[in-house]
Amino acid sequence: MSLRGFSRRRLLGAAGAGTALVGAGVAGGYLAGSSGAEDPAPGQATVPFRGVHQAGIVTPAQDRLHFVALDVTATGPILRPAVVALLKRWTTAAERMTAGAEAAPGGAVNRNPAAPPSDTGEALDLPAASLTLTFGIGGSLLDKLGLPRPAALAELPPFQRDQLDPALSGGDLCIQACADDPQVAVHAVRNLVRTGFGTTAVRWSQLGFGRTSSTSTVQQTHRNLFGFKDGTNNLKAEDKAALDEHVWVPASEGPPWMTGGTYLVARRIRMHVETWDRTSLTEQESLTGRTKGTGAPIGATEEFAPIDLTSPLIADDAHIRLASASSLGGVRILRRGYNFVDGSDGAGHLNAGLFFLAFMRDPQRQFVPMQSALARHDRMMEYIEHTGSAVFACPPGLADGAYWGQPLLEA
Amino acid sequence: MSARPALAALAATLAAVVVGGCTSTAAPETAPGQPGPIQVTASDTACGLSATSAPAGTLAFSIRNTGAKVTEFYVYGAGDRIIGEVENIGPGLTRPLTVEVPQGGTYTTACKPGMVGDGIRAPFTVTGNAAAAVEGDAALAAAVAGYQRYTTSQTEALVTKTGEFTEAVKRGDVPAAQALFPVSRTYWERIEPVAESFGDIDPRIDGREDDERDPGVEFTGYHRLEKDLWVTGLQPDSAAMADRLMADVRDLQSRVGTVQLTPLQLANGAKELLDEVATGKITGEEDRYSHTDLWDFRANVDGSQAAVSALRPVIDQRDPVLGQTLDQRFAALDALLENYRAGDGFKLYTELTPDDTRKMTEAVDAVGEPVSQVAGIIAA
Repeated sequence: MSLRGFSRRRLLGAAGAGTALVGAGVAGGYLAGSSGAEDPAPGQATVPFRGVHQAGIVTPAQDRLHFVALDVTATGPILRPAVVALLKRWTTAAERMTAGAEAAPGGAVNRNPAAPPSDTGEALDLPAASLTLTFGIGGSLLDKLGLPRPAALAELPPFQRDQLDPALSGGDLCIQACADDPQVAVHAVRNLVRTGFGTTAVRWSQLGFGRTSSTSTVQQTHRNLFGFKDGTNNLKAEDKAALDEHVWVPASEGPPWMTGGTYLVARRIRMHVETWDRTSLTEQESLTGRTKGTGAPIGATEEFAPIDLTSPLIADDAHIRLASASSLGGVRILRRGYNFVDGSDGAGHLNAGLFFLAFMRDPQRQFVPMQSALARHDRMMEYIEHTGSAVFACPPGLADGAYWGQPLLEA
Repeated sequence: MSARPALAALAATLAAVVVGGCTSTAAPETAPGQPGPIQVTASDTACGLSATSAPAGTLAFSIRNTGAKVTEFYVYGAGDRIIGEVENIGPGLTRPLTVEVPQGGTYTTACKPGMVGDGIRAPFTVTGNAAAAVEGDAALAAAVAGYQRYTTSQTEALVTKTGEFTEAVKRGDVPAAQALFPVSRTYWERIEPVAESFGDIDPRIDGREDDERDPGVEFTGYHRLEKDLWVTGLQPDSAAMADRLMADVRDLQSRVGTVQLTPLQLANGAKELLDEVATGKITGEEDRYSHTDLWDFRANVDGSQAAVSALRPVIDQRDPVLGQTLDQRFAALDALLENYRAGDGFKLYTELTPDDTRKMTEAVDAVGEPVSQVAGIIAA
């Protein structure tokens, strides 16, 4: 087997060479990852597309992100059949691409030369790179389909200091593509967007690099663009009880098509890194509540030391105090955000920040109280502003033969 | 429009038809006098066929996935060209595949458990030769003839209307010339890919001021007169420029009668006209002085529709779903453009908001994607 693992391009060689390749199979990243502290070689892994829950949520966070929110442009009597047809085609293409295959048979070079290629080609020769494609439904799509919104999918209330740009907010559908190679993530989104023309159009999209959260105990905590470890106390894939309590929607909560699913809150947070960088280390640590070097709570020495909220060393308005579960009645979320730099802002500064992605059972009971507290009291708000916002319902994982959104659309 | 391989070479290749829906477990039908479908047993590690040769003609396969992974089945011709395939066969499912293989020779079958890699391949022999479906040829010839009548009639109108436009310029009647400018261009924009196939005419008639030209070659044509009429005022050589445009349009007319189009050129022309809209009209680049881009937009879409309509019987024969999609998407684009009517014409580009151009982009993307599939179907 080649060092690069599965490649999309059909390897040249004698017939039958493929047998060995197919039989060899690369273990799913999630399972492989939980067997030890060492990550598999970058790019080698594939993550199973189907399962009880969607991939890309508790999957150990990959290094790169391309997230896209789309609006459904089809209207009238064709709306529903067009959405169903698209979701079937998306599911087939997504399953192929997460396995490391081209978006459709024939692909970039091997079909009818008079026709445009069925795959755009920029991921030829690249392995699957742990690609996951996670699908979500916005409340606005349920409105268009005349279906009731789950209470958890209500619009978020305005928060203090929000500077939301409608062009970077909302959306009828979303696809989160995560991979260890940015080109693989972009390729997946581009091909799905292409498949959607006529039924959907891109509303906004966001590239991310440098995961800011670890979603598994085997991963180190990464740093955000303020230079701090971010998401130390995140929910982890290994803590099944906590995931059931805070992330997965139980059958008792309904609606039935969301049992085993979760809700995604996306917030584009612009970070004014230039002013932050002029702030003293003491002030930076005081605002955060953690030391910059190890990530330990101020007054402790270990990153994962419990936060002592009685400690006078942790300011009343420190970020970790306001965001801690014990300050919020036990509320926790699964964070899965990425850093971004979208070029520059035209005024001499980097257009940089954190693309906050978090999965939870009910945004109204989890994200809303958390963000209300942060927006009102967190001194870090002087250095950041929320410029985009969206909430999506991410249905449960797919059984064999099922397509994205099927329980909703065929209910 | 760039030169393309002759249609005949492409039309001689093999057509593949997948029958049945995604959940069908019924065996495919076979032609009378032929044995039942070739049984393919696809596991995660093997790809067993009940027969590895068959006479030329319609080949029917029935693929059963006995493995645990989602699988696919392919029939390849020379150079790994896909003759037919079935995607997304879940564990336990049986799916049919019917392929037309009129030419004898050695082909390759492959099961692809897990959907990646080369697949589990084996040679497959097709014996003898069957008569290829030829009924398509007459339909294609009719399509070309129909479209050539369209280009001829549009060229006649172009000559008439450009005559009225250039006469107004020569009279110095700026308002009349301004009114006739977008009207005469309509006929040009409808058949622009045909005109572009004569490499030298397009830059003379429709070149833009900032296009690269050989030394000594002047900026002439519609856009030169557009600049005179809207920006600089009529120039001493405006009348001479009008005469040159008229001569170039007559030159086009004399050549259009001789051009031999192929069905593939029609299909690619339909796509190119929509590309013109996407890159030139929605951006307001084409008519930068008069801002009458929406007239050109409408005309490009007309021309694209005309080429697709001519090919429609062949499209319907080979892909019954695509025609409906094209109808739906063109209708949506037509409806959108109607919103921008103003009097006998259209709103100016400068009156459009970013929301307007976003909607136009969405509608053109929606029709552009299925139109881009037409060439592949024609050449299949």
